[in-house]
Amino acid sequence: MTDFTLWDIVRNLLLAGRWTVVLSLIAFTGGAIVGLLLTLLRMGGLTPIRWLIRLYVDVFQGTPLLMQLFLAYFGAAVLGFDVSAWTAASVALTLFTSAFLCDIWRGCVEAVPSGQWQASRVLGLNYLQSMRHVILPQALRLAVPPTVGFSVQVIKGTALASVIGFVELTKAGTMLNNAAFAPFTIFALVALGYFILCYPLSRYARHLEKKLYGAGIR
Amino acid sequence: MTLDFSTLLPYTDVILEGLVTTLWLTVVTTAAGIALAILVAYVRDGSPTGTRAVISRLLGGYVEIVRNTPFIVQLFFLYFGLPALGVPISATAAALLAMILNLGAYTAEILRAGIDSTLKGQHEAARALGLSRRQSFRHVVLVPAFSRVYPSLISQCIIVMLGSAVVSQISVFDLTYAANFIQSRNFRGFEVYLVVTLIYLLLAVGLRLAFEFVGRRLFAFRQGGSS
Repeated sequence: MTDFTLWDIVRNLLLAGRWTVVLSLIAFTGGAIVGLLLTLLRMGGLTPIRWLIRLYVDVFQGTPLLMQLFLAYFGAAVLGFDVSAWTAASVALTLFTSAFLCDIWRGCVEAVPSGQWQASRVLGLNYLQSMRHVILPQALRLAVPPTVGFSVQVIKGTALASVIGFVELTKAGTMLNNAAFAPFTIFALVALGYFILCYPLSRYARHLEKKLYGAGIR
Repeated sequence: MTLDFSTLLPYTDVILEGLVTTLWLTVVTTAAGIALAILVAYVRDGSPTGTRAVISRLLGGYVEIVRNTPFIVQLFFLYFGLPALGVPISATAAALLAMILNLGAYTAEILRAGIDSTLKGQHEAARALGLSRRQSFRHVVLVPAFSRVYPSLISQCIIVMLGSAVVSQISVFDLTYAANFIQSRNFRGFEVYLVVTLIYLLLAVGLRLAFEFVGRRLFAFRQGGSS
């Protein structure tokens, strides 16, 4: 057994931490794109489509992320694909994120007073035009604080990808612990890594929320 | 691609055992986590001075650490870290402790939002009327705050129940552990995880209904009233 210095541990955690950041970015970007499409469809779509999207959101919010990861991993195998932990984690986290963002953003669009809708439609704007020029700009201001806040959940969610063998911060921690057996130090450092990523975002979300309240909206 | 759910039938009792564990972990966590949150809110309430100010700051640190790190890391830290410090802890105890600390931190923050929205004058009026700090905290601050944030509280308890799937990773025999166990025996991963995911979904719906039922009883006096 080789001896691990504190620097060895920190260096390996930092290297693995890159993949936590990359996976978070993939999940958040992918989730935002899918989530935006779902939000638009849900606001203007036909009743069965709206109903389906609602079901989609409820299913992802009502089941463990860990199960979603397992299903993406084993489900693909059943369909005949041999997916890597990378693909399974990216797909599962993207879908998970899209469901939560769709729910958050729907709330923001609905918070824009209905008179705004009626006025823009009366002025002759069609659905897409009213959405683009009247509703979305207002909804966007409301949406920023909770969206930043949710990004913290996405970063923390990527820790579960370790369970299907994706080597990110948490998995690197367990692997290092198996070799160096210094669980207290290692998991404290892993936690610190997440804290450094998440805490500024939490603070920023709270700051934005206060600013919004201060501006007298809501 | 063929799905075969009949291979699951011999494992019904395994799933049931896991379900029972997940359920009792959730129930105990809900009760203890909310109690912990009330305690934290009580200490942090108002503008604490002296020793209470120091404890209040430490509790603030606890809340922020829990909210900004993943549950799985908190669990590993307690399960692997405590024995290394000479504090032996079983997997179940570590799971329960991690869940309670997690729910406690989130609920403390939820409660604080509810308490902040209570008018300051009400608190002062209660004190002026001769209620002790504890009495006014309980009747004037806590109960109205609770009824106001009750919907967020329900969601948080459901999130913790779903998050408890992670305790399977330190070999606590919960619903997810049961799924992994069956998968390792019959190699029907997708079918097992699909069924267990569905059970979690039903649990989430059931938990919400139960909470709403209790809420209607608990806050009945506020229905139709102001705020």
